[in-house]
Amino acid sequence: LQHRALPGTLSADNLAECPVTKARACDLILPHSAVSTPVFMPVGTQGTLKGITVDQLDGLGCQICLGNTYHLGMRPGPDLIEKANGLHGFMNWKKNLLTDSGGFQMVSLVELSEVNEEGVKFKSPYDGKEILLSPEKSISIQNSLGSDIMMQLDDVVSSTVTGPRVEEAMHRSIRWLDRCIAANKNPDKQNLFAIIQGGLNADLRKACLDEMTQRNVPGFAIGGLSGGEEKDDFWRMVTLSTDHLPREKPRYLMGVGYAVDLVVCVALGCDMFDCVFPTRTARFGSALVPWGSLQVKHKQYAKDFQPIDPDCPCPTCKRHSRAYLHALFKSDTSAMHHITIHNIAYQLTLMRSVRQSIVDGRFPEFIRSFMKQMFPSPDQYPSWAVDALASVNVTLE
Amino acid sequence: MAGSRIKLELSRVVQGESRLGVLKGLGRTGQHCLEVPGCLLYSHLGTVPHLTQDTLHTLKNIPAVTQVTLSSVAEHQEVLQEFKGGFKKFAGLHDTVVYCSLHDPAALCPPGYTTNKTVSVWGSGGRIELTVAKFMAIQKTIQPDWYQSMADGETWQSNTSRKRLRKSVDRTLAHLDECLTIHQNSQDLQGVEVFGVVEGGDILEERARSARETAKRPVAGFCLDGFQTGSMDQTLRTQLIKAIAKELPEDKPRLLQGVGRPDEVLACVEAGVDLFEGFFPFQVTERGCALSFSFDISLDPERAGRAPPAVLELNDDETCRAGEGQPNGEVTDGDQTQMTSFEINLKDKRYHDDFRPLVEGCGCYCCVNHQRAYLHHLLVTNELLAGVLLMIHNTAHYIGFFSTLREALANDKLDLLKRRQVILIATSFSVTVTPDGFESAALSHLGMESKHPRVKINMTLIWLQE
Repeated sequence: LQHRALPGTLSADNLAECPVTKARACDLILPHSAVSTPVFMPVGTQGTLKGITVDQLDGLGCQICLGNTYHLGMRPGPDLIEKANGLHGFMNWKKNLLTDSGGFQMVSLVELSEVNEEGVKFKSPYDGKEILLSPEKSISIQNSLGSDIMMQLDDVVSSTVTGPRVEEAMHRSIRWLDRCIAANKNPDKQNLFAIIQGGLNADLRKACLDEMTQRNVPGFAIGGLSGGEEKDDFWRMVTLSTDHLPREKPRYLMGVGYAVDLVVCVALGCDMFDCVFPTRTARFGSALVPWGSLQVKHKQYAKDFQPIDPDCPCPTCKRHSRAYLHALFKSDTSAMHHITIHNIAYQLTLMRSVRQSIVDGRFPEFIRSFMKQMFPSPDQYPSWAVDALASVNVTLE
Repeated sequence: MAGSRIKLELSRVVQGESRLGVLKGLGRTGQHCLEVPGCLLYSHLGTVPHLTQDTLHTLKNIPAVTQVTLSSVAEHQEVLQEFKGGFKKFAGLHDTVVYCSLHDPAALCPPGYTTNKTVSVWGSGGRIELTVAKFMAIQKTIQPDWYQSMADGETWQSNTSRKRLRKSVDRTLAHLDECLTIHQNSQDLQGVEVFGVVEGGDILEERARSARETAKRPVAGFCLDGFQTGSMDQTLRTQLIKAIAKELPEDKPRLLQGVGRPDEVLACVEAGVDLFEGFFPFQVTERGCALSFSFDISLDPERAGRAPPAVLELNDDETCRAGEGQPNGEVTDGDQTQMTSFEINLKDKRYHDDFRPLVEGCGCYCCVNHQRAYLHHLLVTNELLAGVLLMIHNTAHYIGFFSTLREALANDKLDLLKRRQVILIATSFSVTVTPDGFESAALSHLGMESKHPRVKINMTLIWLQE
């Protein structure tokens, strides 16, 4: 076991590396608590996990969750949050926080935004005012939020875009990284991560990796993916990125949260993940289970008196049946909260099992049994996953 | 049904009307009890709105009885039938007593659907018509610990004719008799208690008749229907309840339906009511408000008798609001969704940077862990957590109010509690002088300066002076 001190305040205690795949498991020592990787980070965009108290989140074993700079920067604004002792104080979350820079909103809210070298101009949907989110502004807001991990402002382009815009964005992201590093007022308390861009172009990605890895940052994110591109292209960019990222620093794959994607991308060498999917789909009544998902609101569950997953130890499954939850959806919003809790538990349990199998040296067996449970038969395995796993020496049936 | 297991043990009866005691023998094994005056735990299909069992159990002194309504349960009759284990088990409830009412006190039913033989409830899929037979069949699948008999209560609208009111009394008695017959012959409902329902609208003779007749039946207690907030003013309500109480046995509980506002609760306790439905905290939550009225009666004896300490202890919120024009300033007996003087509207800009808890000294999870500014943010951004936190606080506050109410009854401090309510209402709204100056006399008795040029009659002031 090696302890490596890293720039900033993050240090990683390496526990294990899978001898077969590129997977790793370690403990990230962050300002508020340790975080065991591989880790899935639930998303609490506006300073709250939707419908869940911080105690409930803590009770599920969550060690780190996300807040969003763009949204919180708009409402309630960085000054108010600073007065409240940062985002930790404002939402009363005692473990770690990671804030996204607002970059992704450039894509998700593309109608409302305009990019140039200065930054991203957003038209506020609330009062029509124009705001400029520059690297300096983004870091300033994140400094006020006081998150344990901050993300650089990157020039984000949808993964389905091709042509010169992709290259422009990649180069600009490097320049913005440098501006973010310069603007960070709290390098000894907050860890600024770089975000590798370059779209689906291997050369551009490589160029970005070469440049950004020269900067002294405590961690790297792989960005610009998970946006609707072909999975065949997706995994190739992920593995190219991890091939060229330093071993002793964490790799954060942004926007990935489907179970299969998580398992495969851990095998490809990623440590940290975030995605709104598990919590968002919960509110629509979709419960995540080892064999896929269960649409609780569907008629077929009206008289199903089992819990969502008989093997799940979460508070929802310990107490309530599919039938009750099905009925509750017609009566009260708390039905959503039950599924949200279950889905977060599912994600965290999955990552815990992944991590344990890496530590125990049996990750390839874990992958095989995971895939068996998830798909009715081998010919249903997604071909991109089969290829990706084969590239790291795991053959499925 | 001879010898109901439910027993009301009264420890005090104040001025011949207000009752203090404990309702014992609740639940199948009779091991639960509920202090009275008290409130029930309001639920949607067994779940306290917005809450899971974990968030619910951050509350101390949760009422021992959970109210479920046929309006939420009826549509699941088939499911419950197949489940066979009763509603409590189906819902995964904690160890609680389940009381089944007909209607949801927070959701008014459209009128015009009651017949001689049927009443209707509205589920998520629309109207469900119930005969007594169907009503009882559903009760068998629910297996509550106690339920109210089927009743025709469609009389809460003003100007219901005498003829219609008489019908509501007759029908309700007929339904009760039919329910009891089926109940007594049903193995499944062994040990389950039934409450009769007193109807009669706003006609004293019909109310008395309904009460008298219902009391002749072997019921474990009485629901008082048709008094919902908005149906009549408090003076009339008090008058009618007192008349009803005269006809009812002292040792059986009286549950008042559809009334939850603290000032109305106080007045109705004084008229002889024991139990209330606990839906008011939910209504406050739904409008993004937090209960904040003070019910502290542990006053410094040095100050008693001088200028009302209550005024001095009003926090800035209340006195500020008196100066500003509140959009719906009247404490009318009208719309239940209107904000009352018992709460603060957290959406208001002033809370944007208010880092105090909702209520100083409140020990609930929300007040211990969060601040007004955060709740304001959650409301402005339409976040689901707002409902969760407000429901916790509002329920805790309401439970605390009832606890204090019982304490006030035990220690002859009910006047202090009432005074606090009155001043709270009176200072929050502009008030008008009437010709005989009675109200200004009342206000000066309380040592209160009128902040406004006109002083208007306020119902609550009147009953205080009686």
